[in-house]
Amino acid sequence: MTIVGLTGDEAVAYAVKQSKVDVVAAYPITPQTIMVERFSKYVADGEVQTEYVCVESEHSALSACVGASLTGARVFTATASQGLALMHEMLYIASGLRCPIVMGVANRALSAPINIHGDQSDMMGSRDSGWIQVYVENAQEAYDWTLQAFKLAEDGDVQLPVSVNLDGFILSHSMEGVDVLEDAVVSRFLQLRKPVFRLDPDKPITVGALCLTDYYYEFKRQQVEAMLQVPKVLDNVNREFGSFTGRNYGVLEAFGMEDAEAALLCLGSTAGTAKAVAKKLREQGKKVGVIKLWLYRPFPIEAVVAATKRLKALAVLDKAVSFGAPYGALCSDVISVLHAQHVRPHVFNVVYGLGGRDIEPSDIESVFEEALRIAETGAVKESVMFLGVRE
Amino acid sequence: MVVLKDLSTEELFASGHRLCAGCGEGIINRMTLKALRGPTIIVAATGCSEVATTIYPYTSWCLPWVHVAFENAAAVASGIEVAYKAMAKRGAWNKHVDVIAMAGDGGTYDIGIQALSGALERGHDFLYICLDNEAYMNTGIQRSGATPRGADTTTSPAGSVIPGKPEWKKDLISICAAHGIEYVATASPAYWNDYITKVRKGIEVNGPAVIDVLSPCPLGWRHDSALSIQLVRLAVETRYFPVYEVEKGKYKLNFTVPKPKPVEEFLKAQGRFAHLFKPTYRKDVIDEIQKNVDNNWNRIQKLSTQN
Repeated sequence: MTIVGLTGDEAVAYAVKQSKVDVVAAYPITPQTIMVERFSKYVADGEVQTEYVCVESEHSALSACVGASLTGARVFTATASQGLALMHEMLYIASGLRCPIVMGVANRALSAPINIHGDQSDMMGSRDSGWIQVYVENAQEAYDWTLQAFKLAEDGDVQLPVSVNLDGFILSHSMEGVDVLEDAVVSRFLQLRKPVFRLDPDKPITVGALCLTDYYYEFKRQQVEAMLQVPKVLDNVNREFGSFTGRNYGVLEAFGMEDAEAALLCLGSTAGTAKAVAKKLREQGKKVGVIKLWLYRPFPIEAVVAATKRLKALAVLDKAVSFGAPYGALCSDVISVLHAQHVRPHVFNVVYGLGGRDIEPSDIESVFEEALRIAETGAVKESVMFLGVRE
Repeated sequence: MVVLKDLSTEELFASGHRLCAGCGEGIINRMTLKALRGPTIIVAATGCSEVATTIYPYTSWCLPWVHVAFENAAAVASGIEVAYKAMAKRGAWNKHVDVIAMAGDGGTYDIGIQALSGALERGHDFLYICLDNEAYMNTGIQRSGATPRGADTTTSPAGSVIPGKPEWKKDLISICAAHGIEYVATASPAYWNDYITKVRKGIEVNGPAVIDVLSPCPLGWRHDSALSIQLVRLAVETRYFPVYEVEKGKYKLNFTVPKPKPVEEFLKAQGRFAHLFKPTYRKDVIDEIQKNVDNNWNRIQKLSTQN
């Protein structure tokens, strides 16, 4: 076991270094910048053979990544917030052309007003772009999931891009002890990419042709099918990773859910606080639990149904706002999944942390208390709560 | 300069595409592929050439070809170029691959200029060809930064007050040359051997190269499709479109056009300038255009003689 002190961003950069990536094309943006800075240093010091392209924008970053990925190379990029928004057009093209690019996203609020701190509005705004989306709780998970992301993305049954999301500043800039693997172990877990198709002068193909009413729909249907393959492939990836590391991942983590009556479902670093609060409340005899989704796209339907079936009340935490929608994006997904169940918990939505507004253990405790009250009474007072805002 | 017998008889750009009769782009694509020296990948921006030559499940391209989006051909080419370098380093690839990006003037002068500038500054080894038909023809003839002053387009219509596009054409060659790259050139497909020679030069340069090739558009320029090549010859003979190159910073006019025809001859052959002749003869505008042609020519000639 080798424990090193790494920030979340550094943990991602370290994993990318060990993944023997051929091409990195990226543009700096707070709070992702540390990823590209550290990686540039690996290049400058000859620790990697990667071609690092300092592009002139995020749009060109992902464009260059798409070109590189189509040659059969292993490709990584990183961004956040406005950078992800600028990439928006290319997100759909990267998935549509089936480019297994891995992208580190240090989640940050979107302008306006401009704000550099962490919320998940950026990736939530791109949730339908055809990318597999993973959210991590800490630097260890950022490292572990980056390694697993390449294996998942490049699998022949998947061939889709993956974003590894870590909360801006809370994870991107906080140093933690990270158990890193030996390079040789990473090489055994993650072999070189074997592309299913590629731009090869010996076997010419046309990529990115114009598809009209007669073919476009079938291409999109195939993308849906590729997404459906993810849980099965990811399960194998997680198992194999577990066999090398003893760290076992899945589509979600359930804490205290074996007997919980009230629970909180969230993404990312907030799960750490939520688990600590739940532990304290459980010690007081309160039946609470936490569901943390590692995988957000494709949405882990069966796992969420299974995890929530004994619950009486569920608080879904959205660190992003969906203007004009009935709920935040995550809560909308949860409700739509549970809608088909005859027995289902009362669900309420908690919007929190916009623009990096801190969420304290006492805030989480208040959410649990409300969930417990609903579990007991069955009465949801507010379907969408805005936690920690000055009204 | 190449002669006919130097050219490959292999056709890498197949017929059956759906470009208009008389479109310069099909002619230019075919000539471009006659200049290749080995394994090559073509990157296309969104535009007429892309939509008309790769309507799924058909393709005209007998070599690897990729289209990603409108504004990013240079960025995609950057990624492909470095990816082959990276794969060669780890022994997964053992041949040199030439990368050619092709985009229209909209994808080059306007929406794609940032990606182009970035790629030129970074020094990627690729050739960028601008198929310059002087407007957004694919979307139905809207003005671009390459549209000449006075041209009637759907977004710079000739009205009762404004006689077509008020602005002059952007000077792409100076912009590209200012990046200090080794090779920048203009070309007219009327002079096939000049164009093919330039494409080969651009490929052989170790680093970025840019060619702006004038591409006649019967639909947008509104001329008889049988006269396309004559028209782009006239563009050179009137000095409207100077054919020159900037090689390692040195300017050279490839055709000196000692006895230029008046630009009016080029203008009156096209419907996009018809409003300058009827109902009223707009001598003022035509004189301005002639003056601009003369000034531009003198500028380039002066730069050429400074060598």
